[in-house]
Amino acid sequence: MHQTLAQLHPGNKGTISGITTSHISSKLLELGFISGTEVEVVFRAPLKDPIAVELNGCLISLRLDEAVNILIEGNNQL
Amino acid sequence: MKIALLGNPNTGKSSIFNLLTGLRQSIGNFPGVTVEKKTGAIRISGAEYSLIDFPGVYSIYPRTKDEEVVYSSFTNNQSSEFPERAIYVADASNLERNLLFFTQLYDLNIPLILVLNMWDVASKRGIEIDVQKLQQRFPDVQIVTANARIGLGKNRILDAIKNQQTISRIDKIIPNFIPASKEDLNSQAEEAKTRFKKIKEIISQVEKNKEVKTDNFSRKIDRILLHPILGYVIFIAILLVVFQFIFSFASIPMDFIDGTFVSLSSWVSEIMPKGMLSDLICQGIIPGVGGVVVFIPQIALLFFFISILEETGYLARVVFIMDRIMRPLGLNGRSVVPLMSSAACAIPGIMSARTIADWKERMITILVAPLMSCSARIPVYTLLISLVIPNQKVFGFMNLQGIVLLGLYLLGIVAAIFVSLILKQIIGNREKGFLLLELPSYRSPRWMNIGINMLEKVKVFVFDAGKIILAISIILWVLATFGPPDRMQNLERNLVQSKEYKTLSENEKQQRLSSVKLESSYIGIMGKAIEPVIKPLGFDWKIGISLITSFAAREVFVGSLATIYAVNNNSDSNLKLIQKMSNEKNEQGVKIYNLASGVSLMVFYVFAMQCMATLAVVKRETLSWKWPLIQIFYMGVLAYFGSFLSFQLLS
Repeated sequence: MHQTLAQLHPGNKGTISGITTSHISSKLLELGFISGTEVEVVFRAPLKDPIAVELNGCLISLRLDEAVNILIEGNNQL
Repeated sequence: MKIALLGNPNTGKSSIFNLLTGLRQSIGNFPGVTVEKKTGAIRISGAEYSLIDFPGVYSIYPRTKDEEVVYSSFTNNQSSEFPERAIYVADASNLERNLLFFTQLYDLNIPLILVLNMWDVASKRGIEIDVQKLQQRFPDVQIVTANARIGLGKNRILDAIKNQQTISRIDKIIPNFIPASKEDLNSQAEEAKTRFKKIKEIISQVEKNKEVKTDNFSRKIDRILLHPILGYVIFIAILLVVFQFIFSFASIPMDFIDGTFVSLSSWVSEIMPKGMLSDLICQGIIPGVGGVVVFIPQIALLFFFISILEETGYLARVVFIMDRIMRPLGLNGRSVVPLMSSAACAIPGIMSARTIADWKERMITILVAPLMSCSARIPVYTLLISLVIPNQKVFGFMNLQGIVLLGLYLLGIVAAIFVSLILKQIIGNREKGFLLLELPSYRSPRWMNIGINMLEKVKVFVFDAGKIILAISIILWVLATFGPPDRMQNLERNLVQSKEYKTLSENEKQQRLSSVKLESSYIGIMGKAIEPVIKPLGFDWKIGISLITSFAAREVFVGSLATIYAVNNNSDSNLKLIQKMSNEKNEQGVKIYNLASGVSLMVFYVFAMQCMATLAVVKRETLSWKWPLIQIFYMGVLAYFGSFLSFQLLS
């Protein structure tokens, strides 16, 4: 069972293991959400959605229903 | 020669554009779409180049309707927009991601200049790029480093433009690259993966990174500005400050402009021979131009603040904290600023809706924006409130008149929420909405970018919307001045021959004459013609006339009533006008302006789309008459039934 980026809490880091196929998968890839890249959840908007993540030194915000498409593996500090 | 300016969002592309072209910019639209096309002229030793600014995108494949111009311009070399060369602006501190779109252009054989911008940010974060190695990998691309924020790199870019390039590309990322179709998302995803694999190899050769540092400064600020409670408090505080400024400071130049145009009118009417031409100029054209110019301070001020918020990176944070709240309404975090601005004036508000990438969310924002009570409604509200709402205290400390005023504002907001919910169901989704937004590092604003942005917005308003406003002002003047000749003469004769007329002072005679003239004009006839329709709302033909003239601007309502009731039209005459209006009775001896009709009229002004300037801007922003017509229709229906209900319930 894979974890998705939507399940991480602020402060958690993980490595992207894949992107599920959806209407935005190409957009996520173009922004740099590619397998093997490390990503950290940094902020969560007050109503728990959207979240802001750090990717390659950039802060990118995305909605939870976008984040579920990003699969995560390993070293989470849950 | 046409040169395209391209790059990812937040790479300082617009700073480069302003740096290279200065004020030699013009704005138009890409053919057939609403996307703004900025073109700037560059002259280097006699040769003229035109630089075309494309929207900032992450890839050649569009994410939104607006980004399609990039795809359609670059995938079709027969297109009129197909550029002969391109300047690609890349954020040196995030080269990997920036190279994706770059390699697509590279593979398309477009002659390229690669600007490694934000060089200082990269160095500060411990990123070192070996430009020579990068050059070896892309031999025919001219690579320059720049720091556009402080003006560094301009000459290097100009030199690069001057040099002729010959293209010899053998080492493409994807040989014989033919872009996938816009709809083929799977191929696009596969392409991105392939490219990034190669790009990672390139990066590992050209980048020598010491320990890469995150931007701790921005992170600390974000901890406050994105705080669950403090974040909203600060946002509301910033909004209050901005509106305070717009309300209190814009009124100074606005009053000045008003005054100037009034005295210009009277000066011209004195020096010109009396007649039709003089009247057309003094009562039609000059006030019409004044009606356009008077909006400039509000537009300029609002965009001054919005540009600051945008330049510093705060606007993206507003989108972040508001997105979840606006989403159920079919709106977007980005809708907040346009809607809030519309409380000052819907015109700059609607113009600022351009930052909303999603087409549907942008349309809903534009359509509901005029429901926010703008400052032009204040004179109407104040007149009617003091006329029909008693000045008394409720619960011992609250003023009833103040509560009604607040209620009118809330009524507009509530209506906007409901209309959004309905429009969300009606308007088809052209594209699936998503957020995916970069929150850029905080920076100090660049005043030149802000100045140019303000100037641009004012220019677009004056030249595009201004034409329509001026035309409608002249039409309204014609309708208010002319009428069937025998009808006009009859009414005038009746007045002049009446016993009462002889007892009046010269001034009062003039006022009575204007009143009779307006009554017998085409607008007067129209007012009487719509009387049966507006009677169930509690309005008579005099109000009908004022409703029609309000199209010039809502506050004209007050001036029109002043003319009809033959009261001198200046501010201290408001009391006299209120007196006259409160004594006004219909044939049955019932007061025209009572609680029921007064509230009904206020509700009408909350809902009705009575502002040709806004209509002109909506037409300009949506490039079609369809949306302004839909808007005028739905708001009209809302106004009619809203007024009908309030009048019938209260009387």
